[in-house]
Amino acid sequence: MTKIKLATVWLDGCSGCHMSFLDMDERLLELSSGFDLVYSPLVDFKVYPQHVDVALVEGAVSSVEDEHKIRHIRKHTTLLVAIGDCAVTGNVPAMRNPFGPLPILERAYHENASIQQQTPCKIVPALLDQVRPVREFVDVDLYLPGCPPSADTFFITLTDLLAGRMPDVASLTRFGA
Amino acid sequence: MSPAVDVKTLVIDGIDVSARADQTVLEVARENNIFIPTLCHLDGLSDVGACRLCLVEVKNSPKLHPACVLKVEEGMEVTTKSDRLLHYRQTILELLFAERNHVCSVCVVNNHCELQSMAQSQGVTHVRLPYRNPKLTVDASHDRFVADHNRCILCTRCVRVCDEIEGAHVWDVMGRGIDSLVITDLMQPWAESTCTRCGKCVNVCPTGALFDKSKLGSDHPKYPDFVPYLNMMREVR
Repeated sequence: MTKIKLATVWLDGCSGCHMSFLDMDERLLELSSGFDLVYSPLVDFKVYPQHVDVALVEGAVSSVEDEHKIRHIRKHTTLLVAIGDCAVTGNVPAMRNPFGPLPILERAYHENASIQQQTPCKIVPALLDQVRPVREFVDVDLYLPGCPPSADTFFITLTDLLAGRMPDVASLTRFGA
Repeated sequence: MSPAVDVKTLVIDGIDVSARADQTVLEVARENNIFIPTLCHLDGLSDVGACRLCLVEVKNSPKLHPACVLKVEEGMEVTTKSDRLLHYRQTILELLFAERNHVCSVCVVNNHCELQSMAQSQGVTHVRLPYRNPKLTVDASHDRFVADHNRCILCTRCVRVCDEIEGAHVWDVMGRGIDSLVITDLMQPWAESTCTRCGKCVNVCPTGALFDKSKLGSDHPKYPDFVPYLNMMREVR
């Protein structure tokens, strides 16, 4: 059996979806015979491979770096899965949209900072005006809503994908679940 | 002797059913265990056809009809499930999610929300429309209740329960189209309105738009089933 190349990606999210992925616990061992993890915050590969079969993308697109990353990932991925409400809907990161990024930076780095109030502008990527879900930038093949999607949801979804089936997501999870 | 009841016979999803002439297709369908999804409808309140989730197909009619305000007719043939209807119902739900700021994960009624569970039951796993993310207000002036317009779907259950059951008519709708808002009195803060503090609007609200302050950060189930009982009591009196 050929192993599929699996990647997981962390954009603007809290990493809770990755924690839920790890929450599969020993079932991960069972699944891992079917995939090679070729790129992920959980492993130490720095470069996204030329070809990935399945990418699980956590987080909304909030910065110029996120946008660059997701466009690159789409080009090199067969099946792109948006995991969690941030990737699917924008969720909590998108709560800044009615105000825009400046008042948020002002609040975080000036009003709430007791010393050295300054907005970071070097090295860190610039924020986009609006936080948007992944599908507004690139085509998404499968959506796993939930904040986070449960470990069971991950397990059933990955089991189905490894078997070449598309899972019935609505029976597994929902917005906010 | 009671006067003869005017009975109509019709077909819903291929099943022959009979109904009183004054009944709606939704009522008759539910009596016969045929499920039609709804959000603005609530047993015991008048129907307004606001949410359009209960749209059904009627044979020989080119348009779709909201079942909650569609009166039965003799020989009518109604279809409640089809790919076309599912497409419209999913799109309606997506429009509701895209219109305001529904963030289920941080909502006080997460897991008790009719919009959330309806999306799941209709197979909505994402929203194909761009989110509007409008800037909307939260009225927390009342000492017991909060109105969060970010989560309002304008079903007007609160307006109807306050008028028809409580008899206070504190709630109403201002503005038009996408700018519509539910308001207390003439857009006074809730605390300064003529609210009787009965809490009926909070319990019939299908989302977290109206909620009880004491439930913040905890489970907030809603109990809208009281309305038909209050109606029955009123009829007896």
